[in-house]
Amino acid sequence: MKQTATTMSAHRFGYTFSPIGMIALAVILFWAFVAAFAPHLVPYSPGKIVDTDFFGPISSKFWLGSDYLGRDMLSRIIMGARYTLGVSLAGVLIATTSGVVLGMAAAVIGGWFDTLLSRFMDAMLSIPSKLFGLVVVAAVGSSLPALILTLAFIYTPGSFRFARALAVNVNTMDFVAVARIRGESTLYLVCAEILPNIIRPVLADFGIRFVFIVLLLSGLSFLGLGVQPPLADWGALVHENIQSLSYASAAVIAPSLAIASLTISVNLLIDNLPRKIRDRSA
Amino acid sequence: MTNLVEIRNLHVEATTDAGRRIEIIKGVDLDIAKGEIVALIGESGSGKTTIALSLMGYARRGCEITKGSLLVDGKDMARLSEKQRQQVRGTEVAYVPQSAAAAFNPSATIIDQVFEVTRIHKLMPPAQARLRAIELFRALSLPDAENIGNRYPHQVSGGQLQRLAAAMALIGDPKLMIFDEPTTALDVTTQIDVLKAFKSVMQQGGIAGVYVSHDLAVVAQIADRIVVLKDGEVQETGTTQDILQAPKHPYTRELLAAFEPRHFEFSGRKEAAATPLLRIEDVTSGYGQIQADGLPLIRAVRSVSFELEKGRNLGIIGESGCGKSTLARTISGMLPASAGRVLFDGQEMPPASKNRTRDQLQHMQIVFQSADTALNPAKPIEDILGRPLTFYHGMSAQDRSKRVDELLDMVHLPRNLRYRHPAELSGGQKQRVNFARALAAEPKLIICDEITSALDTVVATAIIELLKELQRELDLSYIFISHDLSVVEAICDEIVVMYHGEKVEQLTREGIKAPKHPYSKLLFSSVPKLDPAWLDNLVLEPELVRQYVG
Repeated sequence: MKQTATTMSAHRFGYTFSPIGMIALAVILFWAFVAAFAPHLVPYSPGKIVDTDFFGPISSKFWLGSDYLGRDMLSRIIMGARYTLGVSLAGVLIATTSGVVLGMAAAVIGGWFDTLLSRFMDAMLSIPSKLFGLVVVAAVGSSLPALILTLAFIYTPGSFRFARALAVNVNTMDFVAVARIRGESTLYLVCAEILPNIIRPVLADFGIRFVFIVLLLSGLSFLGLGVQPPLADWGALVHENIQSLSYASAAVIAPSLAIASLTISVNLLIDNLPRKIRDRSA
Repeated sequence: MTNLVEIRNLHVEATTDAGRRIEIIKGVDLDIAKGEIVALIGESGSGKTTIALSLMGYARRGCEITKGSLLVDGKDMARLSEKQRQQVRGTEVAYVPQSAAAAFNPSATIIDQVFEVTRIHKLMPPAQARLRAIELFRALSLPDAENIGNRYPHQVSGGQLQRLAAAMALIGDPKLMIFDEPTTALDVTTQIDVLKAFKSVMQQGGIAGVYVSHDLAVVAQIADRIVVLKDGEVQETGTTQDILQAPKHPYTRELLAAFEPRHFEFSGRKEAAATPLLRIEDVTSGYGQIQADGLPLIRAVRSVSFELEKGRNLGIIGESGCGKSTLARTISGMLPASAGRVLFDGQEMPPASKNRTRDQLQHMQIVFQSADTALNPAKPIEDILGRPLTFYHGMSAQDRSKRVDELLDMVHLPRNLRYRHPAELSGGQKQRVNFARALAAEPKLIICDEITSALDTVVATAIIELLKELQRELDLSYIFISHDLSVVEAICDEIVVMYHGEKVEQLTREGIKAPKHPYSKLLFSSVPKLDPAWLDNLVLEPELVRQYVG
């Protein structure tokens, strides 16, 4: 089922896809599928203590062993996929949308609007992301919406810079000048003239930014600032079970591998995107 | 006596982005005798540069010499190893590129780069090379030959840099020089000096040359023989005289016809209308910070005034940097005028386009030089043409579709082109779409900013014909901006000559033969003519040249 999905999408665009890109896409689709249908896939309730032992070994009953309380690790990773993917996706969507919209607006409107916004974004870029996360958690506590907004806030400036740089190039083209002296509104210029010419690199950037957010979220959760118990994303799972490192249990390795497989796959997919999609900017 | 260059059955293949192989040179034969200058002429994509480069055993990225022999002084450039080729390049065959500005390293002095060839090939000690370079500078009639080499590339003018590039090629004492459109990017008044210098050094040294150009008039001045190319094949070969006087091939005739003085019917209508269509009064505009007197720091246009009556055409002519494009941008409101008034149809227009009403914008359209950047690459042609229809006329989808067909008919493009994207059109087709978009607004005035400059001669002529035809049908007026006098002459009733941001003279069609202002005289007499003796007989007043040629 995974295989058919990849070949189909490769064919539909009419591009040749490298094998590495296909594998990466398959891994991403696998995790997306897991996250979407998590409640139907879990063998045990993720919050329930089912094993008599803590840090139980891999067995036919518990495929990935059990965690520090004796809960089924596989079920917790499957449910964790929801939080990792869901929070990251929401965060990256908000970050790139606002970044790209503001970036294009800055490029088209120019003048003091551009200067003000650019300097503000530069200032934001100078704040260390983990430190900022710490401050937010200390101020408002950690809830899912607060987490999503924090992640989005941290990654908006990067997206803004990227989109603005691309849009400034397109903005100097004569077709934009023609539209402008036709009397078109800024909204039309941004949506119809600029966006279609920068959308491909923006989508590639979207993927990279998603990886950054997954890693930051996992990092925050590992520090205990991210998703709070009893819920747990992959980073939180690593955090909970860090003691098991000395027992060689799967409880800490498995979520780490999950994070690695997702982020590496997204990176590989973008690197192996057909040239036509990745490099076209104008 | 054997020929210096003998090309036999040359084939060059290129690999496209899609991995398809296409033949771009299809079996070309070419001979060049010692000391002879042969011109390769043809439109873009005809393979003229590819052939010239192959004489150095070089094929551009993605291209490959697949068949044939390329004998240069008895050596087959196609068979030599890369190392052997390196020995030949610079010492036996040398190259003068189109853009000298891009060929010089901006961070080293000129003379260091000029005698680099002697260092690479260990031809002579640096001190001697320096003297040789200065000798060449003098031969190329560069000013201050002793010291000009110590300057950096940005400290000399474009025409001087092009001559310095020639010095760079000449220092290795080559037997064959390849000139790749060396004067195309220069203004006509600078072109003359460069051509004269090239001609005299080639004659003195008895050096053979290949001169690649699309401009027949330039080639006529310098070449002994002309080879006419089209689609990678030789169409016609002959001495310069023969080609100019008795062209045999239809394509050659077409090229020559583009130089004929064209007999257009001029509307000649001069309605005694009370108000002119466009009237600009003392317009000043420019760039940079606004100074205390309310004018910008760099004034690209200074106090220009003119009038244009309905149904008539006005040409604005001048060399690069004279402010003609800035004037177009000022009239259209892209760059608001700092002073002066723009009156359109008797109505005063706000300086900035964003303050003009939709009605005012609709009746004045502008068409840009580069159709590549003027059409949104992400949209199909029907969307590009459809937008002004929706925007100005609020047409429904059905009306719009019908009108797009009509517009394509008007500019003589096939209707099924509407589904294509700009990248899938040729340069001439793009310029027609560009023009159709302006027509879609149903304007009274179209400002054409160098619209034929990027096109081949034959294609440009067709565009001008189209403009005239549409004028008769649609009652349009044009402002036609160009650096090319022949284009302006072909279409305009009146001509404004600009120099350094100022209008120096306004001429009628009849008055064009006898300009009064010294700069107009210089400019008009600098336009190359098909007559091969033109350059040798040309005498420009040195006083004039000193005053106006930078």
